[in-house]
Amino acid sequence: MRYLTDRKRAVGKGASGSGTEHYWWMTMSSVALAFLVPTFIFVFGSAIGGTQEEVIAHFARPFPAILTGLVTLVGMRHFAKGAQVMLEDYTQGSLRKGLVILVYSLSYVITALVLYALAKMTFLSIVLNSAN
Amino acid sequence: MAEPKRVERPLSPFMIGPYYRPQMTSMSSILTRITGNALIAGFVLGAWWLIAAVSSPGYFGFVNWIVTSWLGYLVFAGMAWAMWYHYLTGLRHLLWDTGKGLDIETAEKLGWGAIIGSVVLTLLTLIILAIF
Repeated sequence: MRYLTDRKRAVGKGASGSGTEHYWWMTMSSVALAFLVPTFIFVFGSAIGGTQEEVIAHFARPFPAILTGLVTLVGMRHFAKGAQVMLEDYTQGSLRKGLVILVYSLSYVITALVLYALAKMTFLSIVLNSAN
Repeated sequence: MAEPKRVERPLSPFMIGPYYRPQMTSMSSILTRITGNALIAGFVLGAWWLIAAVSSPGYFGFVNWIVTSWLGYLVFAGMAWAMWYHYLTGLRHLLWDTGKGLDIETAEKLGWGAIIGSVVLTLLTLIILAIF
């Protein structure tokens, strides 16, 4: 038996079906990124131009590894939900659904690729250090 | 029970151009969306480069050649600007969320602040990265 009426279950949810959840999530992640991104720009930028060994050693250090992982995790979710709003503004119907799925998938694939690369760099640097 | 009814909801009309003259507020707003979505290009290139760094030396050499070519540097320099611009207008969004700075004079000043500030911060970033 349902204790809530249909009307009561719908109040506060709006056309999105989830109220202000999307807006609030973007606000929270933007504040998080505001703290993370300035340092990340320099941590990532300073690695460009190095040899393969230097790049691995750079991202195997704890601070660059954790910061890069965090920026990718939060940033890619922030991107997916932001791009979703753009798609919802300009497209409709099945095209909209397809493009939102595509953007969400892309953001998860990039997150997985970066986390895999970071994990393997940590592993490789342990192997290379113990060999020396 | 409310019957589920299919409603063709209207898209938000694109007003800039034929109906609205370009203004600092609308231009700095659309540029926030463009930079935010364009940043995916930097993440795709960055993730590809990190994956290459944990692949064979030959493959890293190929991807690293693209990343450190003039085109690669141009993309990452553009990404640095897009990041800083999106960052500053994101802060502006957080300020506007509190209900402050919404009068036209302040809003237009904030737009100029984001444009000039992002260029200055990008140049500073590139200079600092070039030195260290």
